[in-house]
Amino acid sequence: MSETVDVSRGLPAHPERATLEGKNKFVGFWVFLSGEVTMFATFFGTYLGLRNGTAGGPEAADLFHMPLVFIMTMILLTSSLTSVIAITAMKKNQFKKMKLWMWITFFLGVAFLGFEIYEFVEYVHYGLGFSTSAFASSFYSLVGLHGAHVVFGLGWVLLLLIRYNRAGITLTNAPKFYMFSLYWHFIDVVWVFIFTVVYLMGIGGG
Amino acid sequence: MVREAAHTLKKSLLWDLLTTVDHKKIAILYLIAGTLFFGKAGLMAILIRIQLMIPENTFVTGQTYNELLSMHGTIMLFLAATPLLFAFMNYFIPLQIGARDVAFPFLNALGFWFFFFGGLLLSLSWFFGGAPDAGWTAYVPLSSRDYAGIGLDFYVLGLQISGFGTLISGINFIVTMITMRAPGMTLLRMPLFCWTSFITSMLIVFGFTPLAAGLALLMLDRMFDGQFFLAAAGGNAVIWPHIFWIFGHPEVYILVLPAFGMISEIIPVFSKKRLFGYTAMVFATIVIGFLGFMVWVHHMFTLNLGPITNSIFAILTMLIGVPTGIKIFNWLFTMWGGKLRFTTAMLCASSFVPTFVLGGVTGIMLAMSPVTHLYHDTYFVVAHFHYIILGGIVLGLLGATYYWYPKMFGHCLNETLGKWMFWIFYIGFHLTFFIQHILGLIGMPRRVNVYLADQGWDGMNLISSIGAFMQGVAIILLLINVIYSAKKRPNHR
Ligand code: HEM
Ligand SMILES: [Cu+2]
Repeated sequence: MSETVDVSRGLPAHPERATLEGKNKFVGFWVFLSGEVTMFATFFGTYLGLRNGTAGGPEAADLFHMPLVFIMTMILLTSSLTSVIAITAMKKNQFKKMKLWMWITFFLGVAFLGFEIYEFVEYVHYGLGFSTSAFASSFYSLVGLHGAHVVFGLGWVLLLLIRYNRAGITLTNAPKFYMFSLYWHFIDVVWVFIFTVVYLMGIGGG
Repeated sequence: MVREAAHTLKKSLLWDLLTTVDHKKIAILYLIAGTLFFGKAGLMAILIRIQLMIPENTFVTGQTYNELLSMHGTIMLFLAATPLLFAFMNYFIPLQIGARDVAFPFLNALGFWFFFFGGLLLSLSWFFGGAPDAGWTAYVPLSSRDYAGIGLDFYVLGLQISGFGTLISGINFIVTMITMRAPGMTLLRMPLFCWTSFITSMLIVFGFTPLAAGLALLMLDRMFDGQFFLAAAGGNAVIWPHIFWIFGHPEVYILVLPAFGMISEIIPVFSKKRLFGYTAMVFATIVIGFLGFMVWVHHMFTLNLGPITNSIFAILTMLIGVPTGIKIFNWLFTMWGGKLRFTTAMLCASSFVPTFVLGGVTGIMLAMSPVTHLYHDTYFVVAHFHYIILGGIVLGLLGATYYWYPKMFGHCLNETLGKWMFWIFYIGFHLTFFIQHILGLIGMPRRVNVYLADQGWDGMNLISSIGAFMQGVAIILLLINVIYSAKKRPNHR
């Protein structure tokens, strides 16, 4: 099959999809992400159904703080952009540049995560524990699920960066970096929905 | 010497099966595991029928009855029907599309082991404080921490793990059929079994993920004091049935579509004709897969979500009858004027058609939201879904077993034993379940462990139980056939 790709004259135009294995991973990952969509949709639906069930505890409008959420959103959007730059570099076979922008993506993700942890700790201080109300449970589970995805993504890219630190771009690792970037965009898109559905609607009281 | 060699051969065969990533061997693993779970859940069904055979029976306690009932349903759907179908999908999808293996052989094995250990975990509940007892639907608050013991935790974790395995396999099948078709095998030349398996895999991807989310919520509620489903802190119990049935209705199509595919393979062969209306079949499969996600509220009509919601979902449910009807007619037209040969496989495949129609007709009846209040949660529903599951999925599986057995194991199953099996099964099946329609209509609720002598239900329940024993005998005949045919096979290699 297409397992034997001629690389003597440099990498092909789409190194991530050049081998059958790479192509399988590429297609499989898209299918996996579409399943993730329905899973997040279920959590979103649950949140929408329960967000007014505050049971006398703190409400969305009391808690959410626009500047903080705005900064978090900007950080995550920027990290998506930096991962695009990294992948563009990968396609041009510029390994050093790709590595640099992947590391920047990583640190932006860490910053986002730091803010999220800070946010949760603050809310607990305001009296919003996980079991306080249905609103609390559904908020923490939805945003926490996204956070868990961020953690997983960070671990993934860290492993890739360490393992392939000196490998250059190959037909083996190109699909892996590419899949990470797909995943990272996905996390970003989910956050945009969280920003809208949870925070904007929460503050607007809509 | 010879004996020693045979010993090491046996040992290496077992080791080979346990470590394999080969699609054919994984298929055998699915077949074995699925059969074991099927036997276990079948035994529970027999116990249930013994309890209901006579009025005011005390064969098992109410609690045990609930556990048997819940485990029977859960195992049959998740751990018996699914892996048995996966066995055939694993074996025949790569062969039918001309690929050397599936796209991700390692993930294929991983999927099996997730399924298997998830199932084992669920089964362990019997030894650690009792099996789950809230039905296979696990409705809250029945399944909440206030009413259900540790068994429900086994249910949540076991299904989460085995469901993850199913999801992995689903993704694997999809990728295999997208990227690994042999040159010239265009999508519209794929055998129908591949097509139905493809749509089934899509339903797995979009159906098992909401289930995973729902189970996670239930777990958070039960183990970490979440408040999703408890009204006291603002939660809402109705969210669970929504999530469950958004998964649950597609699940029934996940199971029945590959069976449709098997029937579509068998009927043309034993009619000596091409399948009638291939393109229409493919199209109908896609439409069924699509509509399957838009009908879940028909399981919740009696929750009174309002007349408009109920009407919309009633109409959408009835719409599914259209593509299903197309399939029925295509099978009939394939047989029409063909040279029919009634082997065991063909007996199963052709008798699938009328039984499935009966299940479909009662489905349309159940979809009429104004009258469904009469028979919702009665034995009428039990009869409906068993006509679909046994008369549809299991007949498809039995047919496929007789049809594909030579390809998988190198020799045929005995036809005489096969025909005995078929007739005993078929008559037993109708005895068990036809009568349950009437039981339901005269008011016997489902999920009860006793009834009284003066309710007029005794005779019919006795007949139903006798039919169940006949089905048990039929399945034992199949197992005997497997051993008998292996011993009698003409060419020992
Ligand atoms: C023509 C297609 C079908 C229609 C119109 C239909 C309709 C329905 C309706 C309306 C109910 C709810 C009954 C009630 O609780 O009042 C129901 C229950 C059920 N159906 Fe179907 N159905 C169809 C096909 C299938 C198939 C293909 C399967 C399985 C492979 C299936 C399995 C079930 C099961 C398991 C239940 C019971 C769920 C429970 O535990 O409450 N159905 N069906
Ligand atoms: Cu349904």
